[in-house]
Amino acid sequence: MILEGKTGKWEIVIGLEVHAQVVSNAKLFSGSSAAFGAEPNTQVSFVDAAFPGMLPVINGFCVEQAIKTGLGIEATVNEVSIFDRKNYFYADLPQGYQISQYTRPIVSDGRLVLDLPGGKTKTVGITRLHMEQDAGKSIHDQHPAKSYIDLNRSGVCLMEIVSEPELRSPEEAGAYLKKLRAILRYLGTCDGNMEEGSMRCDANVSVRKVGDTAFGTRCEIKNVNSIRYVMQAIEYEAGRQVQLIEDGGKVDQETRLWDVAKGITRPMRSKEHAHDYRYFPDPDLLPLVLDPKDIARIKASMPELPDAKKARFVDQYKLTPYDASVLVAEQEQAAFFEEVAKGRKDPKLAANWVIVELFGALNKLGKDVTDSPVSAKNLAGLLDLIENDTISGRIAKDVFAIMVETGKDAAGIVEEKGLKQVTDTGAIDAAIAKVMAENEAKVAEYRAGKVTLFGWFVGQVMKATGGKANPAKVNEILKAKLAG
Amino acid sequence: MSLDQATVARIAVLARIKLPEAEREKMAKELSGILDWVEMLKDLDTSKVEAMTSTVEMVLPQRADKVTDGGYPAAVLTNATEPVRISQTDDSSGGFFTVPKVVE
Amino acid sequence: MATLTDLTIAGLRDGLRARKFSAVEVADAYIGAMAKNRHLNAFIVETPDLAREQAKVADARLAKGEGRDLEGVPLGIKDLFCTKGVQTTAGSNILKGFVPPYESTVTANLFAAGATMLGKLNLDEFAMGSANITSAFGHVKNPWTRKDGKDLVPGGSSGGSAAAVAARIVAGATGTDTGGSIRQPASFVGIAGLKPTYGRCSRWGIVAFASSLDQAGPMARDVRDTAILLKAMAGHDPKDSTSVPRPVPDYEKALTGDVKGLRFGIPKEYRVDGMPAEIEKLWQQGIEWLKAAGAIPVEISLPHTKYALPTYYIIAPAEASSNLARYDGVRYGLRVPGNSLDEMYENTRAQGFGAEVRRRILIGTYVLSAGYYDAYYLKAQKVRTLIFNDFREAWKQCDVVLTPTAPSAAFAIGDKQDDPIAMYLNDVFTVPVNLAGLPGLSVPAGLSADGLPLGLQLIGKPFDEETLLRVGGVVETAANFTARPGV
Repeated sequence: MILEGKTGKWEIVIGLEVHAQVVSNAKLFSGSSAAFGAEPNTQVSFVDAAFPGMLPVINGFCVEQAIKTGLGIEATVNEVSIFDRKNYFYADLPQGYQISQYTRPIVSDGRLVLDLPGGKTKTVGITRLHMEQDAGKSIHDQHPAKSYIDLNRSGVCLMEIVSEPELRSPEEAGAYLKKLRAILRYLGTCDGNMEEGSMRCDANVSVRKVGDTAFGTRCEIKNVNSIRYVMQAIEYEAGRQVQLIEDGGKVDQETRLWDVAKGITRPMRSKEHAHDYRYFPDPDLLPLVLDPKDIARIKASMPELPDAKKARFVDQYKLTPYDASVLVAEQEQAAFFEEVAKGRKDPKLAANWVIVELFGALNKLGKDVTDSPVSAKNLAGLLDLIENDTISGRIAKDVFAIMVETGKDAAGIVEEKGLKQVTDTGAIDAAIAKVMAENEAKVAEYRAGKVTLFGWFVGQVMKATGGKANPAKVNEILKAKLAG
Repeated sequence: MSLDQATVARIAVLARIKLPEAEREKMAKELSGILDWVEMLKDLDTSKVEAMTSTVEMVLPQRADKVTDGGYPAAVLTNATEPVRISQTDDSSGGFFTVPKVVE
Repeated sequence: MATLTDLTIAGLRDGLRARKFSAVEVADAYIGAMAKNRHLNAFIVETPDLAREQAKVADARLAKGEGRDLEGVPLGIKDLFCTKGVQTTAGSNILKGFVPPYESTVTANLFAAGATMLGKLNLDEFAMGSANITSAFGHVKNPWTRKDGKDLVPGGSSGGSAAAVAARIVAGATGTDTGGSIRQPASFVGIAGLKPTYGRCSRWGIVAFASSLDQAGPMARDVRDTAILLKAMAGHDPKDSTSVPRPVPDYEKALTGDVKGLRFGIPKEYRVDGMPAEIEKLWQQGIEWLKAAGAIPVEISLPHTKYALPTYYIIAPAEASSNLARYDGVRYGLRVPGNSLDEMYENTRAQGFGAEVRRRILIGTYVLSAGYYDAYYLKAQKVRTLIFNDFREAWKQCDVVLTPTAPSAAFAIGDKQDDPIAMYLNDVFTVPVNLAGLPGLSVPAGLSADGLPLGLQLIGKPFDEETLLRVGGVVETAANFTARPGV
């Protein structure tokens, strides 16, 4: 995306840092529950609250989840990685440091393929993925003079996934987050729920004149909790920076917050002390050494991921890349589609019905495929009726509407409502004769050369048959009769 | 390596230890003395030496992903200054630590 | 029953099992001794009621013939070990009033072996010190006195433990050793003190000073008692990622007295400039004793010895600056109010920490800070590798290393107090052992010209505490150290 400024064209440079909460039962370095939503400080051990003499012991499953995610972004899984302490004081950071990975992360050098409008793609580099502890939560609105601290989140395992600064528009940032979330969900390593905070995004945004190779000064927008807000925040921030520079100002490297209500970014007021995290290897832990056999075992257990599935859908079902990318965005959607398309002559018909009709209906209901009132089996049944000419596509839409409402199967509805398509030429002949007899003037006009009336005649015949006539047959016979 | 007072003041802020201006000079002197003394390490060529990670020769042990701890908010909060408990009588009820208000 | 406190742990154990006296009688004898020796300021908290309670349980077990290894043996616990329901302060104002809701693994192991607890022993604040003069609960006095009558330090940081064992107000004690904090005070008060191999005893529940160096160990009147205590303290703990899963041998069985053919190393770099002649002489005496017992002396080189202290004084404060960040007034311990969160932190930590702790936190913060990390911390970790390798080379030539424990006898309270580096030099012989993660044992070996105890240090291969104890036993027998403090 290019921004038009007073002084010329500007380019936006975006790098994203995603904090993805690992799906696990227990925390990264303690045996407390990692579940969401419990009463304050009830999922806190003495380790999480950093009592004297408490020590960390790593959760092997969290390590496995990080490896899986690394493989999912086609990255290098490092056989040796190190846990470091990131030292800073904050009310919800009980140890006074966060155990993280600094110089030697568990995963480095990955990539992500973005699906962009028009079926285009763009590959973005992922610098690293490292494991770290989440902090607790500060609550500021409970007391006029105090902040309340809840350490339930303290110590939950996060993966910090850092992109290269290769994103160039809010749309690309959105596509990056959607794709990353899809992969995390496919892998079951993070539930990707941004509203509950299990996936959070910090955006590093800078601008530079088109053609410049050096980066501008960046601002970091912290903890934005939806993909839409990330896109809005980037758009606002880029505009702010361009205006600031063009007005003779200078961008300060700073941390900013997205103000949802006002739709602006603003500098963070706290944490204004100059940061100096004093990273050093955590002496309570040893280097994390992975067995290549374990990495191979995890690799062998990986599910088919969105990109591979998309390629297969294009190849196997002859879908357009765009349709394929829509279907693979969620694992459940892709599975639903495959169940509907299974053994079908025309899988594109299945794709159309799933994407247009089903997703449209679900969208209106605020549901998704996992709680769809129309099961994959029932939708397949409906498509069977279209394909064997039992009903027309138009009637099928009516039947589908009833299916959405009642959850019943298509054949039953067609039977019950008598919606079977009329293919008997006698009945169609009669209907045509009736329509022509009642509209002699129009027939004359048609025959005089106003062929555009043909569509009107088709409509009348369909109406006369209650929509059940086979449209192809109607066309064929009507054409012959009108020709005289 | 001698430390100036500004550096000492900066370190004290990083370490969150209040250091009145009157004490800075003395502290700067003491710390400089120690730093001067450790300077002798510079005599050693360590360009080909790996930094020590641990003296124990074992790999990092890993635990199973089981919930084995937590669930005792009363014990976690019992030593705190001015905690806020949801229930004073139910030990399993939650509660908060409190700190002077933070503005984000 | 005054003589009960004169028995060693081995003697108590045998007498209790033979029902010659009861655990309650033993507890009462020690409780009496504790009360009589309050002037030493060895305890921060005395727990006589708990000791009696535990003794009753011990008697019940002994009556059934179910006495465990330390059944009814009264110990003092360094106040760095968290003890469930008993105040644990690390000798600091910042933890005043902190009552842990959990028990450290080492003390839990001791209690599981039947030991009883007389109280929590004084120490240098957060174990930072070599004289036990930095405690927020006041100096500990050495039970030994010098001819000039000045009060002497018991060494540190396990000064309360050392003083209590030497004055016979506990049968034995726990200590911790980060740079010499068990061995140097043991030497200063004429008792045995063992720092085990890093990873031998769990660090879980011990207030951390420098995590890569800290190790708990026993302090007792003789080598046999340290062996008995170590067996109970040691063992793998899945709650400590640096705890090594190795079986715990019966260390007492290692005391065979036989060192024939064993090679003991004499590191030439330990002949430091300005070492007092009496230390040099004691060391030579130790060599002669071992030779006489059939062991073979080997001159060895530990070329990076002189770099050990500066290396230690980078690594230990760096780790401490991070380990002590949790003392912030939020969840436990002292809180000094402030108008903002940062002000509360700064006030709490300025008032809560004493001068030496503040100094080390600031040094540690500095050496980790941006721009200095490579020059100090990383450099020190590289030198640490060199020191580690020095010992690795030495083990090709010898089975154990013999050195003095400390460069002097106990000094007067107030000496060296204004010169941190002079104070740090106390640990010149003990620090390399921590940096290399090795076991070290101090054995009382003789008296200084002033009539004060001096110790010899034995350094062993990783997890070879058995050889260390065996050689220590031989040195102890040869030295026949029977002098007692004038208390």
